[in-house]
Amino acid sequence: MNDISTWDIVRNLFDGAVWTLALSLTAFVFGGLAGLAILFARIAKHALPRRLALGYIEIFQGTPLLMQLFIIFFGGSLIGLEISPWIAAAIGLTLFTSAYLAEIWRGCVEAIPKGQWEASASLALSRFEQMRYVILPQALRIAIAPTVGFSVQVVKGTAVASIIGFVELTKTGSMLANATFQPFLVFGFVALGYFALCYPLSAYARTLERNLHGARSH
Amino acid sequence: MSYVFDFPAVFEHTDALLAGTGRTLALTAIGAVAGIALGIVGAVCRAWRLAPFDRLFAVYVELIRNTPFLVQLFFIFFGLPAIGVQMNEWQAAILAVIINLGAYSTEIIRAGIEATPKGQIEAAQSLALNRLQTFRHVVLPPALLKVWPALCSQVVIVMLGTSVCSQIAAEELTFAANFIQSRNFRAFETYFIVTAIYFLLAIGIRQLMMQIGRRLIARRP
Repeated sequence: MNDISTWDIVRNLFDGAVWTLALSLTAFVFGGLAGLAILFARIAKHALPRRLALGYIEIFQGTPLLMQLFIIFFGGSLIGLEISPWIAAAIGLTLFTSAYLAEIWRGCVEAIPKGQWEASASLALSRFEQMRYVILPQALRIAIAPTVGFSVQVVKGTAVASIIGFVELTKTGSMLANATFQPFLVFGFVALGYFALCYPLSAYARTLERNLHGARSH
Repeated sequence: MSYVFDFPAVFEHTDALLAGTGRTLALTAIGAVAGIALGIVGAVCRAWRLAPFDRLFAVYVELIRNTPFLVQLFFIFFGLPAIGVQMNEWQAAILAVIINLGAYSTEIIRAGIEATPKGQIEAAQSLALNRLQTFRHVVLPPALLKVWPALCSQVVIVMLGTSVCSQIAAEELTFAANFIQSRNFRAFETYFIVTAIYFLLAIGIRQLMMQIGRRLIARRP
């Protein structure tokens, strides 16, 4: 039991942190793509896609991430698919991320003055062209700060994947704590690992926000 | 092979569902009241730059907001006993929720306090109100009112987050779900129903908190 040195703990936790990072990136990239699709539905002309997108967002924002993962994990085996913890976690976090990003981005699109829509409509641009050439480029500028800020929530959310058995930073920590009987040290390191991943993102989001407000006041 | 859903199998354990729901609500209520109170203290220290507490709260806020709730919970429940701080699963869960919500509400309420127009404070001073009276009657109510929607959202997020407290064997709603599905082997149905309960709780808590905001802070009937 005593042959696990502090160095071994750190090295193993580092390996776990790599999987935390991999899951975060996967969820963020695919969640971003899905979120963009949901954003288009959320601000569509027709009521039906708007309603569906709103329902999707409310369900994912109104239920625990852990339950979403359980349902995907056990629902998959229901329809005969053997879903690994990695796949279940990637799907769950992607859906979770897409719902939040769609809602964040909707706020950014709605912050664009109505005149921009009207002006581009008067230039005979189609709705897609309006979005592509007029609205989204402007919305993107104000969307960057809250999007970077939300990425912190994604990284933290990946910790829940440890509960369905995906071996990332938190799960590695639990196993090491049991093996070494040094929970204070191990979970201290785990917390430090998340802090090292999240703090730069938080700080960067704050800088972006400050720059944006500075730019606006000119 | 086709699967036959059996939702009634979940409702054979209605007592466990109700008990779990009650405990999740109790955990959320205690956490919300104490967490927001902690947030008010932190926000005042930060906004009025009360040294050394402003620095302490700044570090606390960054530490909590940049680590997952699950890790905070594990650190409190598994880590602290190693340095002699023993607590049972409920004490650990309540402490973790308060510490977590306290950090977020410090930041949220600070924004509200810093948005107080200077003229309001000067007016209060010219009426010979002392610092505490100014804070209690002039600064805090409008500050809370301004950020109340954000606080409501945060409380809902914390309530949903308490589902991971099942991992330290605190017998809340998710723990009840795990228990039920281990009895009836109907994992999908059980988690589906429990997810629906969480969804209703989220809607209910938001409604209740908006009512509280209207009645208690804005003093509107």
